Amino acid sequence: MKMEFDIASGDFKKAGRASSQIKKVLKQLQVDPKIIKRIVVAIYEAEVNIVAHSFGGKLTAHINGNSIEVTLTDNGPGIKDIEQAMQEGFSTASKEVRDMGFGAGMGLPNIRKNTDELNVTSEWGVGTTVWFRNQF
Amino acid sequence: MQTVIKEEVEMKVSDLVEKFGLKVFSGEDGLDREVTGGYVSDLLSDVMGNAGEGDVWITLQTHQNVMAIASLKDLAAVILVKDREPEEDTLEHSNDESIPILGTNRQTFEIAGKLYNVLNQ
Repeated sequence: MKMEFDIASGDFKKAGRASSQIKKVLKQLQVDPKIIKRIVVAIYEAEVNIVAHSFGGKLTAHINGNSIEVTLTDNGPGIKDIEQAMQEGFSTASKEVRDMGFGAGMGLPNIRKNTDELNVTSEWGVGTTVWFRNQF
Repeated sequence: MQTVIKEEVEMKVSDLVEKFGLKVFSGEDGLDREVTGGYVSDLLSDVMGNAGEGDVWITLQTHQNVMAIASLKDLAAVILVKDREPEEDTLEHSNDESIPILGTNRQTFEIAGKLYNVLNQ
């Protein structure tokens, strides 16, 4: 099964839409609730990252009998230093975003903690791709 | 050998409303949700990463993303502190998900202390 979502830059109201719909599907498929909990955290954080930091992008989820694979691609600006971005507490978020309670530098660390496999690639001036997979 | 059986008393959201005199803003259909714990934070990723199912979340954030997180994490309810009021779309989301948004005039330290005591009786 394939699910696709467009994610607009700055549209915080819709952040959580993809994670919410994917959660429903995984529940219907009777995936272990503990695994659903983990993947939902990862997807939500990845959605928020696109809303808060990019010019917009999309999320594609592939669900089969024994795993879910999620790919998020955005239209830039890209991450200058991925290693730094993965550090807990590091953030480039604006004051407005921080005032909402986002931008604490916990997004990518939360994704890493809640996925079995994670790959982040980025080119400054081009865009970022985040890919992760969890086994059922 | 002695076996001590601790009787678990189920705590519902409606019990907290009654005990603490909380205002119910929305999500009335969820007042019978069971409360199993609490979490206090205004950082959304902290809640996303660490809150547990059945927790009551105490916060001063009032925007719609609060409900997105409450729903994704299967929280029992949200308590807004210091007379803060939820935004309109936050209310709608709360009603859709049947997760109550509650309010108190107390500040976080006080209401968290009360909740902690009640849950650890």
